Amino acid sequence: MTKDFSIIGKRIAMVDAAGKTSGAGKYTDDLSLPGMLVGKILHSPYPHARMKRIDTTRAEKLDGVVAVATGKDAPNTYGILPVGHDERALAVDKVRYVGDNVACVAALDEATADRALELIDVEYELLPAYFDPEKAMKAETDLIHDNKPHNIEKDYHHVFGDPEKGFAEADHVAEARFIANEVTHAAMEPHSTLAALEIDSQTGKPGRLTVWSSTQVPYYLQHKLSLVLEMPMSQIRVIKPLVGGGFGGKSEVIPLEIIAAIAARKTRAPVKITYTREEVFWAHRGRPRTIIDLKTGVKNDGRITAVKARVVQDGGAYCSYGVVTILYSGALLGALYDIPNIQYDGYRVLTNKPACGAMRGHGTVNVRFAFESQLDELAAKLEVDPAVIRRRNLLQPPCVTINGLRVQSYGLPECIDRVVERSGWKHRKGKLTRGRGLGIACSHYVSGAANSIIRSDMPHSTVNIKIDRDGGVVVYTGAAEIGQGSDTMTAQIAAEVLGCSLSRVKVVAADTDLTPIDIGSYSSRVTFMAGNATLRAAEEVKKQIALAAAKKMNCAVEELVFRDDGVFNSKSINVGAGVPPVQAPGGDERGRSSPHRSQDQASVSGRVEGQILRGSLQQQRNEEGPKDFMTFEEAVVAAIDFHGALAGTGSYAPPPEARGGKFKGAGVGPSPAYSYSAQVAEVTVDEDTGEVIVHKVWAAHDCGRALNPVSVEGQIIGSVWMGMGQALTEEMVWKDGLLMNPGLLEYRSPSSVESPEVEPIIVESIDPEGPFGAKECSEGSLAATIPAIANAIYDAVGIRLREAPFTPERVLAALRAKKNAKLLDLTEGIDPTAPERFREHGGALWFKGKGPERHASDPARRTEQA
Amino acid sequence: MTKNVTITVNGVERRASVEPRLLLVHFLRENAGLTGTHVGCETSLCGACTVLLDGRAVKSCTVLAVQADGRNITTVEGLASGDQLHAIQEGFWEEHGLQCGFCTPGMIMCSHDLLEHHPNPSDSEIREGINGNLCRCTGYQHIVAAVKNAAQKMSRPTAARAGAR
Repeated sequence: MTKDFSIIGKRIAMVDAAGKTSGAGKYTDDLSLPGMLVGKILHSPYPHARMKRIDTTRAEKLDGVVAVATGKDAPNTYGILPVGHDERALAVDKVRYVGDNVACVAALDEATADRALELIDVEYELLPAYFDPEKAMKAETDLIHDNKPHNIEKDYHHVFGDPEKGFAEADHVAEARFIANEVTHAAMEPHSTLAALEIDSQTGKPGRLTVWSSTQVPYYLQHKLSLVLEMPMSQIRVIKPLVGGGFGGKSEVIPLEIIAAIAARKTRAPVKITYTREEVFWAHRGRPRTIIDLKTGVKNDGRITAVKARVVQDGGAYCSYGVVTILYSGALLGALYDIPNIQYDGYRVLTNKPACGAMRGHGTVNVRFAFESQLDELAAKLEVDPAVIRRRNLLQPPCVTINGLRVQSYGLPECIDRVVERSGWKHRKGKLTRGRGLGIACSHYVSGAANSIIRSDMPHSTVNIKIDRDGGVVVYTGAAEIGQGSDTMTAQIAAEVLGCSLSRVKVVAADTDLTPIDIGSYSSRVTFMAGNATLRAAEEVKKQIALAAAKKMNCAVEELVFRDDGVFNSKSINVGAGVPPVQAPGGDERGRSSPHRSQDQASVSGRVEGQILRGSLQQQRNEEGPKDFMTFEEAVVAAIDFHGALAGTGSYAPPPEARGGKFKGAGVGPSPAYSYSAQVAEVTVDEDTGEVIVHKVWAAHDCGRALNPVSVEGQIIGSVWMGMGQALTEEMVWKDGLLMNPGLLEYRSPSSVESPEVEPIIVESIDPEGPFGAKECSEGSLAATIPAIANAIYDAVGIRLREAPFTPERVLAALRAKKNAKLLDLTEGIDPTAPERFREHGGALWFKGKGPERHASDPARRTEQA
Repeated sequence: MTKNVTITVNGVERRASVEPRLLLVHFLRENAGLTGTHVGCETSLCGACTVLLDGRAVKSCTVLAVQADGRNITTVEGLASGDQLHAIQEGFWEEHGLQCGFCTPGMIMCSHDLLEHHPNPSDSEIREGINGNLCRCTGYQHIVAAVKNAAQKMSRPTAARAGAR
């Protein structure tokens, strides 16, 4: 009995999979209420303009229109962070990007609402707009936000160690500019919110508000609604139905969530707003276009002596998560390798485009692409194997990095070894046929931010558990299942601790009226934090059961063992030797709970089991006298008879020593634990067309302990796949602040045919503080994929691509530049060696149209005329 | 102006008076109350709204309700027989062929068409077969495994399948 777990570590099908395969599961847009109205939002057609006048009377007069909401209905500003409260649900004085929210029509049906939008008269005064962050930073006038000089949302300048000395000691220094273009989450479910306001039956005034929304952060949504609507949080209930993917795009308050509530308050009727796919692109909050000037120094043996990074992020028109994003970019230069000296200058810049926010691998991905590419370049220069140079720069945990990050479990060395072994690296690297190559890269990520967005000392996760008389376990958690397996993880941990079968456990999640506070599904925090809280809550309930059971079994509490739906006296029974006479419901030989099992459970819960148990079992027990074994139900009944109720609470707050240093900006980056990843990618490059094909990615990920290996594998594969999308095809293309590809045809998410085989390799470093040793597995792998592919392209055809995605145009330009051949029309303006010029047109050379009208002194217009 | 249509959905004949521009997907979700068919892009790109029209997979956001007049529609809700899920639904469940589940009904319906015509597809045939359906969670790998799992189950005689449980 090495890993003596009965539910942890088993390949368990998602506990919410039934609703998702049968069509019975409900997402927000599937819900409707009697008298429900449809909300439609009027968006700004201009990237930067003052709103001089807004007249909604014509729209209001249209048959079927119930109300039109504008900025003055809820003018309070908000933002997801404690700083940078610069957003309004609906614009009041200015619009700042094409797509900014101007007004909302609530009507009886969608067609009427759409017609009404055209009847709203808005008079705009155009202002010069900024689309290029490096130009926006030079602006003196017509600022996007008056209180942000030079359109800089935030800049940070960190020095750790002595970078100058570090570079002086280096034998080789590499320096280059890298660019990663903007990408977005494109979760399959478009955002949707249904808001309903009750009328207080005693006063006749507006009462409680209930909001069903596609959100990763129900608690933050409740908090921001309270701020904007000026309602106490206790008067707002946020319910998260099934969510069709998030990836960070639903990890903050999206305008429609507040707008729906405003419209519901104004109309006194339920209002549902569901974004069109195009609106999802405008809502955005994706990964910003990032310009990285990176300098790395190494000794001849490959040891890194210093790193200097200047990072400029094109943040769009509002702060959103921007301050955190720019800090992550610098902070997570540390905690992967041992870097003695770091200089970081980060600029988060405002531009007249949709706000960027958090996206899978938040803040770390683009910088990791630059860093791992440059390390590969240095390895080539030093003639050191790229896998070996990474091994030479390992941390020696437990340790605290130069920038104050505490590292305990560290599976990176094993990750590197495993991918090197599985990919045949040693005998295949550099020896494949021309045009085919292998590349390696590493990455890491936080297992939950150690510091909450809401400045308070409250725990980050709290979980309640209640057990019914028939042994049914209900776990109440605020953690938001968004497809990542949060509910399943919670159920597994509760069942493991209580020694009961998984089918007994029901998870009630993400309903602010019922579930205790959990700050949400972001920063890969759920397994670590909500998992730990579940574990503690279950331990507390278990203690109560054990007390009662020990009394009945006439033994010490310490002698009891909970497993296989029973409570054993470990002294007299050889646990696990097949003694339990109970039929454990759920879980076949492969450890999966099958549909049939769930039905068994449903019928068990359906009866008034407690009543039967109380009479018969107690009587039976009294007759039998003390014994060595009780079924889970018997023990639960004994405890409930003892305590009157059976419930427990557990919570988790990151320990103070994991919360980082004291300098300005030190709060972002620290985590109780870090996940690690190493990957090898195998690609071919077509030298005639510039097309890159990824054949296979070997991805080793240190997730501490795999609580559910099949789910961990799913997360690793999904992360690698999304990284490949950013590496090869995904890019938001802009012209004068107008998104050229706001659809799933033009925004190229890889199809099933284009997707490579990913071999997920689980590495378990057993973290000392994670629940059963577990860490995150959903984000850390993404960042390594892009540089692994870039490095594989170098191995295949000898070109360094410093601008992502590596589209055929960019690959071809680099290939032709290498051969000193003339650039083709197609690739003109693409400088693969130093991609420093901002290219508004991106790859969209097919676009012949004109963007929105521009102000005479618009910088973009001046450039065009010049 | 509305038009009368009679559409058989999952074996139930439904009569309705609909606007000619009403899309089949909205007919299914709003008139028939079958919300298992999802709208991911409303432009026939993502495939989340895939249903069977007379047994063939179609994206119901590019079919008008009036075009389905007099025809048979099967949605994801119509696949299970009683409490017994269809082999494809089981496959997605057992092989972790879904995460957020939003694309899943479309993937299942598309796979249904694929397996009807290619009962024993190779991995690359499965990838070709579901190429019109997007997923952002899985990287498709577990979906391919799910369809394979279903193909194996479906190729076994029904009695043997039932006995195996």
